[in-house]
Amino acid sequence: MIDGILSVAWIVTQIMLVVGPLLLGVAYATWAERKIIGAMQLRQGPMTVGPYGLLQPIADGAKLFLKETVIPSGANRGIFLLAPMITFVLSLIAWAVIPFDYGMVISDINVGVLYLFAVSSLGVYGIVMAGWASNSRYAFLGALRSSAQMISYEIAIGLIIIAVLISAGSLNLTEIVLAQSGNGFWYVFPHLPMAVVFMAAILAETNRHPFDLPEDEASLVTGYNVEYSSMAFALFFLGEYANMILMSGIFATLFLGGWLAPFEMAPFTWLPGPVWFILKICLVLFVFFWARATLPRYRYDQLMRLGWKVFLPFSLLWVVLTSGFMVAFDLLPA
Amino acid sequence: MATTLDRAAKTFLLQELVSGFWLTFRYMFRKKYTLNYPYEKGPLSPRFRGEHALRRYPNGEERCIACKLCEAVCPAQAITIESEPRPDGSRRTTRYDIDMTKCIYCGFCEESCPVDAIVEGPNYEFSSFTREELFYDKEKLLANGDRWEREIAANLAADAPYR
Repeated sequence: MIDGILSVAWIVTQIMLVVGPLLLGVAYATWAERKIIGAMQLRQGPMTVGPYGLLQPIADGAKLFLKETVIPSGANRGIFLLAPMITFVLSLIAWAVIPFDYGMVISDINVGVLYLFAVSSLGVYGIVMAGWASNSRYAFLGALRSSAQMISYEIAIGLIIIAVLISAGSLNLTEIVLAQSGNGFWYVFPHLPMAVVFMAAILAETNRHPFDLPEDEASLVTGYNVEYSSMAFALFFLGEYANMILMSGIFATLFLGGWLAPFEMAPFTWLPGPVWFILKICLVLFVFFWARATLPRYRYDQLMRLGWKVFLPFSLLWVVLTSGFMVAFDLLPA
Repeated sequence: MATTLDRAAKTFLLQELVSGFWLTFRYMFRKKYTLNYPYEKGPLSPRFRGEHALRRYPNGEERCIACKLCEAVCPAQAITIESEPRPDGSRRTTRYDIDMTKCIYCGFCEESCPVDAIVEGPNYEFSSFTREELFYDKEKLLANGDRWEREIAANLAADAPYR
């Protein structure tokens, strides 16, 4: 009995240790995004709340928390309220299998990659439910776009992951990271084209610029979350940013060697693994914001063409090339 | 053949994407154009035409002699002046109103004034929550003059060589 309680308490502690910093990271990701985009547009970004606007995310959160939750009279109440929760929870539960260091993972399951893929595929449900339950044209169109887009790009993501899996010989994320050990043999180098495609695909998967068609302000006001206010909106917002951080974490794990230092020698190994992992996540997140400041939004047919006619055949070709190379040189992991 | 190869290389090496990303990256380190406004302010010309003020002579006597040139020249008809002789025989205004909601800040009143009484000072932060607060009377304008005299005098002196 005591053992049971203790083990549950330990798991809850672990979850808190991941979710707490994650939510803080989400808050400061919004701040970093506004600062970075501001700098790229020769603006200053938030400056008023706290030094360098550092308290801005807290002010934003407090504002959203104090607002009234408006539920449209035509909305399906239950699903309307369930949708943001699903989006938010799904963006958090994926962290269960992400390793922060060797053995530093909440659940070290053998099919970690499949779990991640399943959770990120479920992410579309929150958005579809929000779009449908809002009973609004804009929200509905945004949800339709989002679901079509996420499904299209998941196929490319799946094939890219397969190429990585063939190289690593495991679906366990810890082993995938370990397979990249040894002075900078990260998969971003042998699989560079796939890393680029994966980066673009995760931009589309998280509905970020330049693929943010689901929340296209010009044509859909703000897309699937147009009817949401207050904490319900905040949950969508948190979910979107937590998803970005999650996808950055997946990118860092699959292509940038997770918690590994770039070179296994003195100055680099002084920093502990989790710090390297967080630095890599920040690097990928920076690319998210950088793309937002640089690229114009795609047209919807261009988005679909890119997904189906470029990324899909290219990643399929890469899977064939990788497996052919591995077989020809007898490099297949046992 | 060579051009086709060139174009293919540019497409597959994402030349346009890379150059775009490189441009925004370089811009990130440029000096920012915006000011942190309420804490930082841009420079103002001595000729800046902001909030109006009625000035006084150093001995405290008001400059305005109620010639009504400003009222006559005002294209927006924002100025209303009434006057009568004071007990000491000098002509002074009994009423000097400027409707700041009508004013177009052209500066003609300042140009026409023979005694440098009405001026447009360097203050541009006089927004208000009500419309009524923008109907300035003589008292308010003289108070502005007393408050901003140092800046106004410096600006007039700085601009004098060009007039």
